[in-house]
Amino acid sequence: MIQARIRKSYPRTRDSAGFSLDVDLKTSGGISVLFGPSGAGKTLTLDCIAGFVQPDEGRILLDDLLLYDGAAGVQLKPQVRRCGYVFQNYALFPHMTLRENLAFAAHHLPRLERHRRVNEMLERFALADLAGRHPAELSGGQKQRGSIARALITDPRLLLLDEPARGLDAPLRRQLYETLQQVREDFHTPILLVTHDLEECVNLGDEMFIYRDGGIVQSGPPSQVVEQPGSVEIARLLDVYNLLPIEILALDPQRDASRYRFAGTDLTGPYFRGLLLGARVLLCVRPGQLTALPRDGRPAANQVPLRLLSTLERPGGMRLEFESEVFVDVPREDWEARRHSKEWVVGFPSRGVRVL
Amino acid sequence: MQVDWFPLWLSLRVAALSTLVSLLLGLWIAWLLAGRPFRGRAALDAAVTLPLVLPPTVLGYYLLVLLGRESPLGQLYESIFGQPLVFTWQAAVVAAIVHSAPLLILASRAAFESIDHSYERAARTLGASEWRIFWRVTLPLARRSILAVAALAFARALGDFGVTIMIAGNIPGRTQTVAVAIYDAVEAGNGGLARLLVVVVSFAALAVITVANRIGAPLSRRQAG
Repeated sequence: MIQARIRKSYPRTRDSAGFSLDVDLKTSGGISVLFGPSGAGKTLTLDCIAGFVQPDEGRILLDDLLLYDGAAGVQLKPQVRRCGYVFQNYALFPHMTLRENLAFAAHHLPRLERHRRVNEMLERFALADLAGRHPAELSGGQKQRGSIARALITDPRLLLLDEPARGLDAPLRRQLYETLQQVREDFHTPILLVTHDLEECVNLGDEMFIYRDGGIVQSGPPSQVVEQPGSVEIARLLDVYNLLPIEILALDPQRDASRYRFAGTDLTGPYFRGLLLGARVLLCVRPGQLTALPRDGRPAANQVPLRLLSTLERPGGMRLEFESEVFVDVPREDWEARRHSKEWVVGFPSRGVRVL
Repeated sequence: MQVDWFPLWLSLRVAALSTLVSLLLGLWIAWLLAGRPFRGRAALDAAVTLPLVLPPTVLGYYLLVLLGRESPLGQLYESIFGQPLVFTWQAAVVAAIVHSAPLLILASRAAFESIDHSYERAARTLGASEWRIFWRVTLPLARRSILAVAALAFARALGDFGVTIMIAGNIPGRTQTVAVAIYDAVEAGNGGLARLLVVVVSFAALAVITVANRIGAPLSRRQAG
């Protein structure tokens, strides 16, 4: 478990805009994901925990081991922090074979024990047949497993991974997720990983921390964070919602209902707490919650006639882009059946939407 | 024409020995300079760059003052080895080191700095000491560049004139290196000997540079690709 309070500033210079990290991070074990756009300070957080970068102030505690304390002047060397680090480029030593890479990490063990442990790790990560190869002769996925195996051989208390899925295609990604689940279950090593891929958070994370401009703006279990983004800004970062400008026309708490206007059409929704009549807010609705139907005469209730602008193939279906920045996900079969239609209506659900 | 090949052999021996010492000393300094900032780094940086821009005679003068028989260092040397350092072939080695080490430090520092930091960082998280990282990670990764640099340092040591003549002198059969011998031959009007030595040294230097480029080239191609 890591408890980190980190402040680190880089002053403005001629070539850089300056950056300041100020985070308070407390993980509860399992897989924790740092999510956010590039340059938000995620990797810097890892580097501070691993000991490559010294924070300006704060305190970093790994279980009962004090890694850094600004006030007390404690700054442990990376060598004794017991943090495994899997780099974006894997950082397997190119002049050593895979076996030598692992043996390098097991240097602290007596010879026989070292040999046994290296073999065990090679077996565990399905690398036994590749042990004699140099990193240049390995595929991306193999290098990654090698890098994880090498980090785990030192028996770390925390495994740090910097964008592990970057540059991997879908099958390799699934393989990585399986590997990490295995690490969690077999080794009980807590994992802190950095990503800007929401899918990874949801698939892997026991908890996620959303980074923005050097700070953490929201944290919690990924499903909960995705269901309830704390602000418009976070909803934009998550990039899973349509954020549509609406005007509130009527609110009826008794019947848990409301009327609002979007793109010139009056629609029915659930009761939105804490709003006034006439308020202009953003409706937060997932592309999968909307329906797209061919227009057939007058639009029915809760349907908005919109012009289809473009389509995009996605795993498991199509994403349709309509005017007014409305995105709708439809299953492939539905799309095939309706694709020739000229005019469209988009159906809005009367339940399960939120405003921000 | 009776040719005395002693200066050439002496030069090769001096260059080989000085390259070895330059490597031991220079790689360490280069590694310090390429690593984390420390107090006095700028001063050390300036101190190793200075010999590149100072006239060799100025360097030679400093060394005379520093290592002469009257100086503490000179006396220490004399008490250990039983003979003075200046005006011996060992002084020529010192001269060659001073002449070639700065180049070696400059180039190997660049080689160390061009290594991807993540390798050294990874080694640190794996618990390896800085000493072990240097020998097992940094040096092997910079191997090719450093061999090329060593070859250049050898060629440069072979060619020193100014520093050598200041502290090793021009004693035929004892401290007369090939560069000094050529000067001597020209002064004495022995054009034939001068031409011969000039051609031999030129080809030796060309050979060394060719080897250095051969060693260094695949690395730079790899980095570019």
